[in-house]
Amino acid sequence: MSEPGRRSRLPKINVGPFGGFKVTLEQMALPRVTVQYPDHKRPKPIRAHGRHVLNRYEDGMEKCIGCELCAGVCPADCIYVRGADNDPGDPVSPGERYGFVYEINYLRCIHCDLCVEACPTQAITESKMFEFSFTNRADAIYTKAELVVDDDGRPQHMPWEDWREGDDQYTSAWMRATAPGGDAEYEGEVGWSGELGYGERFPEAGQSGRRDDSRSGTRSLRDMYTLHLDDSERLPGQRGTRGAVNRLRARIEAKRPGHRPAGGAFPVHAVTPGAVEPAPDAGTGRELAGDSTGDGVEVGS
Amino acid sequence: MGLEDLNHNFLTARVEDLVKWGRRNSVWPATFGLACCAIEMMAVGTADFDISRFGMEVFRASPRQADLMIVAGRVSQKMAPVLRQVYDQMMDPKWVISMGVCASTGGMFNNYAIVQGVDQVVPVDVYAPGCPPSPETLLHAVLTLHEKIRTGAITRRAPETRPAEQVSGWTPEQVDVVRLGTPR
Repeated sequence: MSEPGRRSRLPKINVGPFGGFKVTLEQMALPRVTVQYPDHKRPKPIRAHGRHVLNRYEDGMEKCIGCELCAGVCPADCIYVRGADNDPGDPVSPGERYGFVYEINYLRCIHCDLCVEACPTQAITESKMFEFSFTNRADAIYTKAELVVDDDGRPQHMPWEDWREGDDQYTSAWMRATAPGGDAEYEGEVGWSGELGYGERFPEAGQSGRRDDSRSGTRSLRDMYTLHLDDSERLPGQRGTRGAVNRLRARIEAKRPGHRPAGGAFPVHAVTPGAVEPAPDAGTGRELAGDSTGDGVEVGS
Repeated sequence: MGLEDLNHNFLTARVEDLVKWGRRNSVWPATFGLACCAIEMMAVGTADFDISRFGMEVFRASPRQADLMIVAGRVSQKMAPVLRQVYDQMMDPKWVISMGVCASTGGMFNNYAIVQGVDQVVPVDVYAPGCPPSPETLLHAVLTLHEKIRTGAITRRAPETRPAEQVSGWTPEQVDVVRLGTPR
């Protein structure tokens, strides 16, 4: 009686114009996707561009030297910088000059990060906080007092901004990959000095084969951010049961004494401020661009 | 609408709170998407962000049924009179969110074709920065607007509290630097 293809189908019920309700009922059975924003915030991608921060060296000196390259490169003309000479007795930054006035108009900034790439001292980077709004135009102009990082190296949390867990971490991590010091020969080599709250940072994944994800800490951060992904959005080796087995195996491998992870997820380098041991010659007047090779930092092999 | 002559005693204060509560939870936006920001504005209406949690899912095609104009995108000089007409057709009380940097200040389009800030045309209540603002940023602006409705007067707009020259936060020394050049 029954044809071969017929048996797999559901029993056909003639519901006439109400057939469309089948779609509705199916949707009701699916899990909800709504993120309840004011209560929960979706984690940002690791290289999200948010509000800027002005970084400082490990000893508290400001990195900005007032060179106005960021203002020059800005396509929206949202940055206003004026430099001034440092007082030799009480310097603000370890060079001749420092940023005397530094203002960003967030009603003009398009978060393209050209300023970050132009900055010769990695003074300006971006956090991942993107949830803020203003009730008048003057409030949107951030001055240096609001942009510069706290004494622990984290961005200041303004009351009208919506900071969540993880938004102020690794504010400058992503930039290390896109600005490898300008010389292709030295891609993946450390070419910058220590940063307040983070210490000496290692190159990030992205451009160089000589990177070390476990030392930069960015791999574990990426794992944290991919926890919320659907299974179909993961990399092929991380999907389903096999992916869970792989992750478990990597975790067991990492706990073995003497194990050096090859691009693995553990351990995180220099997450907590204060736990960072400064490099032996990390000081105020370190040259930024030229000292990478002589630093004794071996990255990968 | 008969509310102008209310004295501020206990009963009318409660009525005021009720009116504000009602307005806050039924802000119907007018569709005024002009550019890429409109895509993010549409994303706010989808299930992922679900603006109907705030009673705002009814994007009205007619300005006469709308309370809020979300100016999403860059406003060209030719669009400015249209924008003003749509605003004038909206019923009081009405609010404006300037979404994105182009609507707020012209953004990176600093040229003769784009209005450098929609507040030259209509009074703006909340500015949402970003290019474009993420849906969360727009929701943050919406929540800021809710706070403004909650704390504001019900019959008139809240006046600007601070003049522009007081909010720059510059010291006189810094003003001199801007005017005269770098010191020393």
